[in-house]
Amino acid sequence: MNGNSSRKLPFFLILLSLLLFLAGLNLGEAAFVWERAVQICLSCIGIG
Amino acid sequence: MEVLRRWVQALATVLSNGYVMFPFTKTIYQGRLKAFCVPGLNCYSCPAAAGACPIGALQNFFAFLQVGWRQGTYLTGFYVIGFLGLLGGFVGRMPCAWLCPFGLLQELLYRIPSPKKEIPPFLSWGKYGFLLFFVILFPLFLLDEFGYGITWFCKFVCPAGTLEAGLPLMGLQPGLRELAGALFSLKVSILVAVVAAAVIVRRPFCRVVCPLGAFYSLFNRGSLFRMAYHPDRCIHCGACSRNCPMGVAPYLGPNGKDCIRCLKCVYQSCPAGALSWECAGLKGGGRPSEEKVGEVPQVAHGDQLQAGAVQGFPGKGGGQ
Repeated sequence: MNGNSSRKLPFFLILLSLLLFLAGLNLGEAAFVWERAVQICLSCIGIG
Repeated sequence: MEVLRRWVQALATVLSNGYVMFPFTKTIYQGRLKAFCVPGLNCYSCPAAAGACPIGALQNFFAFLQVGWRQGTYLTGFYVIGFLGLLGGFVGRMPCAWLCPFGLLQELLYRIPSPKKEIPPFLSWGKYGFLLFFVILFPLFLLDEFGYGITWFCKFVCPAGTLEAGLPLMGLQPGLRELAGALFSLKVSILVAVVAAAVIVRRPFCRVVCPLGAFYSLFNRGSLFRMAYHPDRCIHCGACSRNCPMGVAPYLGPNGKDCIRCLKCVYQSCPAGALSWECAGLKGGGRPSEEKVGEVPQVAHGDQLQAGAVQGFPGKGGGQ
């Protein structure tokens, strides 16, 4: 990996991640996370 | 720097678990903040948890993916993957060192006086197996008769869930105790094993099991924040590796999969300024401290080289 590509890679990763994050928000995934996170997860505590 | 890191770790632990009303409500926080993921491994069923665990959330997306697609809802986990990717793209695995409550717990346990051991390096690939199988493939493809997957890592492995959620909720809600069976015993056994291992091994869970650390580690070589090794300055004393909370040898590759960017090697260990960091034009470390240089001559140079050879130093001109 040369110097130029190593400098571009972080920005590419950050941009890609930002797009994924915004796409997830647009699809309503934050609400899904909330729905799951406000219920006691029986699996997590070892009885589900 | 270590003092600062401890304070940041403590603050992150408090903020991730900021719901102080749980002793009165006897249940978990249900406010809007739970729509946001926290950067570290912190069970969202912990009575004090103020945010969502990214690994738990990700498994839920995968477990419900096939049913969702059949119903026309296309929730694929982009929100969580993008969030983790943003953090990883900026700082790589740094959240493990600075923001993860379970990492802090392991570091504190390792301070208990006891014989200390190292783990075989190949075990550190185990966390990618847990990420691939227990977080992604099993929830996606091992489905029940209704087409739902289960959160395999949470259910069968995660000791953070047992410690932060299982045990406290058993205390708060006596009815749950009657439901505890073989699975709960298994999870408590895993927790006990991890706690015991953390007393004698540096961050064993982070190095061998943690799927969140595995995900962040994928970004270590390509993140904006990077570590740098200057072989021309290295005196091969091995202090960086000996003092590293992850047992990493930075001279073999400063941006390897297990470096959590705690910066202990840069600011506290290396007496010669052979390690530094850089981020978008900013640079830090890399200068020998007069105070630390004064400590070096206790070991003859020939002995240093010999010790370095044993620990796999590449020698001058080694890779950066």
